[in-house]
Order: sequence, then C-alpha cells, then structure tokens
Amino acid sequence: MEEYFHSVVLDKDRCNGCTNCMRRCPTEAIRVRDKKAIIIKERCIDCGECIRVCPYHAQQTQLDTLDKLKKYKYKIAISPMTMYGQFNLDKDMNKVFKGIKMLGFDEVFDEGYAADIITLIIRENLKNNQQPKPLISSLCPAVLRLIQIRFPSLIDNIIRIESPMELAARLARKNAMERYGLKSDEIGIFYITQCPAKVTSIKNPIGIKNSHVDGAISIKQIYGDIVKNSNTVEKIEAFRTASTYGIDWARAGGQSKSIGVDNYIAVDGIDNVIKVLEEIELGKLNNIEYFEGLACVGGCVGGPLCVENPFIAKSRIRRLAEKRNDEIKVSREYAIELYDSGFACWTEKIQSKGAMKLDENIVEAIKKIEEIKKLTSLLPGLDCGSCGAPSCRALAEDIVRGYSKIEDCIFKD
Amino acid sequence: MNEKNSIKLEYEILQNDFTRAGEASSNIKKILKQLGIEAKIVRKVAIATYEAEMNIVIHSYGGIIKVIITEQYIDIYAIDKGPGIKDIELAMKEGYSTAPNHIRELGFGAGMGLPNMKRCSDEFNIESTPNGKTEVYMRIYISK
Ligand code: SF4
Ligand code: SF4
Repeated sequence: MEEYFHSVVLDKDRCNGCTNCMRRCPTEAIRVRDKKAIIIKERCIDCGECIRVCPYHAQQTQLDTLDKLKKYKYKIAISPMTMYGQFNLDKDMNKVFKGIKMLGFDEVFDEGYAADIITLIIRENLKNNQQPKPLISSLCPAVLRLIQIRFPSLIDNIIRIESPMELAARLARKNAMERYGLKSDEIGIFYITQCPAKVTSIKNPIGIKNSHVDGAISIKQIYGDIVKNSNTVEKIEAFRTASTYGIDWARAGGQSKSIGVDNYIAVDGIDNVIKVLEEIELGKLNNIEYFEGLACVGGCVGGPLCVENPFIAKSRIRRLAEKRNDEIKVSREYAIELYDSGFACWTEKIQSKGAMKLDENIVEAIKKIEEIKKLTSLLPGLDCGSCGAPSCRALAEDIVRGYSKIEDCIFKD
Repeated sequence: MNEKNSIKLEYEILQNDFTRAGEASSNIKKILKQLGIEAKIVRKVAIATYEAEMNIVIHSYGGIIKVIITEQYIDIYAIDKGPGIKDIELAMKEGYSTAPNHIRELGFGAGMGLPNMKRCSDEFNIESTPNGKTEVYMRIYISK
C-alpha cells in the first residue's frame, strides 16, 4: 500500500496544458509544467473536479477491467446506491442486477443494503455519542481527505462507523466464505463505482488497515452492457435489494433523512463543503448534530463516473425515497450486533496530513512565510495562471518551496 | 525575542463590512497551517481572531487586528475606535450583548464574543475608554 496512491491520474498524451483543471482544483494540487498538468500527490483528495472540467478527458480514474475477474474463483459485484438513479423508475432493478451478474459475476450485492444497516447503526450510535458536534458523516472519502489535509482539528468529529461500500464488501465476503466454504483469497469483490475517491479508498483506506474490496469498475465502463444484458433477461431472479432508506444515501441530504436526525446540515459540492467546514472550525455550528458533506454536486448521484445527469438521477432517488412505502428489512438487533462487535466500525486512527506545511522547523517556516509575503508583493496579482500555478500567491509558495522561479511569471524578466 | 524569527500581520477591519468579515481570521488560519502549528492551537487562534474581527465590525467605527507569530506564542491585538465598553465585567458575561436587533437577525452578536476570546487565549487583557479606544490583547502559546 503506497501512502500516496491516487486513483485520479493524468493521461499526458491527451493533456493540452490548458490550466482548466489547475484553476478548479480545491486543494491547489495541480500545476502545469512544460505544457502538461501534474498532480501534487500529497494534496490531491480525489474529488474528481479535474475529471469533470477537463475538455480533453486527460484527467482520468485508474480502474480495473472485467479481465481481473479471472483471478478469482468466486466473483461478487457491489452495485452502488447511485445505480438506482441511472435508470428510469419503471425499470425493474432485478433486471439491472441480473445484467451486472451476466458480466461474469457469481453474485451481486446491493450497497444500499449495507446503507440500510448503517442507518440503523447510526440511529443507535447517536443516542450516546460522546464525540464533539457536529458529527461528520464518514460517507465521502474526498471530504475525509480534505479534513485530513485542511481541517485536521475536525478529525475527532468524524463518526467512526464504516461507509456502506466497505460494510457491503465485508458482509459479502463473510457470507460467501460461510455459505460456500471458500477461502478469502478465492473471492474477488468488485465495486461498481461512480467515484474516484472510493477507488482510492480501496488501495488506501481511511479508518481501517485493509479494504475488503479487490477492484473497481466504473458505471461508465459497463453501463452499455448492463442495458443490453438487462433487456435480454426473461426469467426474473429476485435479488436482495435495499429499502428506500438505504437508497436515499445516493443523494445529498438523503442520509440524514434516513437516519432521522432533525438538526442536520447537508452540503454538496466541494467548494460549499469547504465553506461550511470553515464555519464548523470556528465553532459556529456546535449546536448542529450531524454534518453530511459530499464532494459532488447532488451527492453521489453527481459522481464523475456516473452516466445519468446528476439532476435527473437525484430526482429519481427523491421520488423513490418520498414514496417511503417500505421499511428497512434488516432487524435492529442484527445491526446492533454488527456495531457492538466492531464489525461495522473503524479500527485505525485518522491521521492529520501536513500537506500545506512549509517546513518541519517552525523557525524556518516563519522565514519562508516572510519570503512568500515579499514575493507576493512583487508579483502582479493577476492570478492569470500562465506561470503554471493557480495564483500569484501559489507561485510565491512554489518559489519558496524550490519548485519554481520568479522568471516563470510572464510579467517578470 | 529575535525580531527576525517572527511574523507580523496586520488587517484593517471596517465598520459594518459583513462582506469581508472573516477574511482576516481565515487568512491567519491559513498561515498557521502552513507553519505546521498544531490543529488545536490553530483552531483557538482562528476563533479568537474571528470573534475579535466580528466585534470590530459590529460594535466599533473600525479598527485593526494585529498578529505576531513567534516560535513560542501568538500574540493578537484587536484595536478599535468606537463607543467603547462601559462595563467590562458585564461584557465578559456569556450571553450579554449590546448588539442591535438588525445585527442579531444576521446571526451575530449572541454575546459570546468576548467570553469566547478569553476562553481561547492563555493570556487575556482588555482596556476600553468610553467614546475612545478599545484594545483587546490575547496570547496563545504554541505547545511544544
Ligand atoms: S481529483 Fe480533485 S484534488 Fe485531486 S487533482 Fe483533481 S481536482 Fe485536485
Ligand atoms: S459525493 Fe459520493 S461520489 Fe462524490 S466523491 Fe463523495 S463519495 Fe464519491
């Protein structure tokens, strides 16, 4: 496991050096050097903004292909909550799941079912949670990484309960081992993903040592095949599907509604999340119970690897959830058992990451800040991006860090 | 203290300027994070400077916030001109506020400003002359 593994990578051949991604990146992780973008690994949170904005599709997610299925005897696909938003509401999800299975899987596990369980667990946890408020949802790994890098004082607010993907994988593996007598390494678990940050979490998880997911395939990669396959299904197989409570996790605010907290704030879009985290850091939201921060606009339905337009997908999820014609099928006792035994909880401490730090030694760092101040006053303050840094201030920082020279500014010679 | 090993920051704060309010504290916070100062300390300084900034915006005719960062401590001075504080002891009580209604409707002025600032700092001093200068001094130590 590399410490700085990231799923978001640049395809150099496609990159035109246009600076669109550099301007958009919320953590100033991108620079343009010799007409090519580069990502500063320590700062990237895998939010996928650069993927969305790149006109040449040079920013990509490192994914697996169906080929990797061959490595395993028993293959399980985890279908994400967002899958429900990718099809018209009259589409039978059993056909969709069958369509996924036909790609070469032995089993399809609905991530929303794990979200059902986590909904019950969080309801229980809230009754006597002693962490500082507001509690921060653990769903979005991009937001968690952002907190590690930019808001480390809020690490203690993050609720220490697994996200649905990881719980789904753990349950699926356990079931398959018990039911079929398989060994763990004979089982391959693949997450069908809308989200680069989740892909990163597979190789480089947060809160646990190792992920139970073995690979990731994007919705985009297989959408066409799912549609084709599902249209050929004649005999309906009944899959275990999530309740509308679990499905609702796919849109911003759905998670909080399912949990049933009243005093919550749900924020979507990474820039908005940053603004509200600033407020939380100032102690202005101590009276709020639950904070649901999601990097993508609309929530996971807005994940960059989805096919359907986020707003259409979101509206579908909303209509499903508002019907509320069902209940969570899992028993409360079972959920509590998974919680009490630690099966659904984090084991590791979340580390803060000093990616913004200028120097290990504070005296040196102080000198560097002074230099940055001086340099910034010499630069024109246009934030034009021509030097390959997102702002004049960022160029000044790069110069002090030793990555750039003042001559990189086209107004200086 | 060796003058070379310190950073001096100064921000002008305007009366009633809610569009820029919070800028100084978020700027200070960013610098402290770049210095690699511990999250807990950064948070204290952020809250202290934010409250000081809001006090100047709401209650004064304008003022400045001065921050001096050394390797051992952070000093914050919030200096303004305005009506001043008549009864400092009363103003230090939680929930006591003289903010007018239109400010409270914006969600500010809940009377937590000064007590919050005091709670965040290791050393705290306030001096105020009616219809004159108010100066708040706060020191926060950087634990090693
Ligand atoms: S994924 Fe997000 S954080 Fe990473 S380089 Fe792209 S825009 Fe920046
Ligand atoms: S909002 Fe959802 S899809 Fe987007 S980065 Fe976060 S977890 Fe991934």
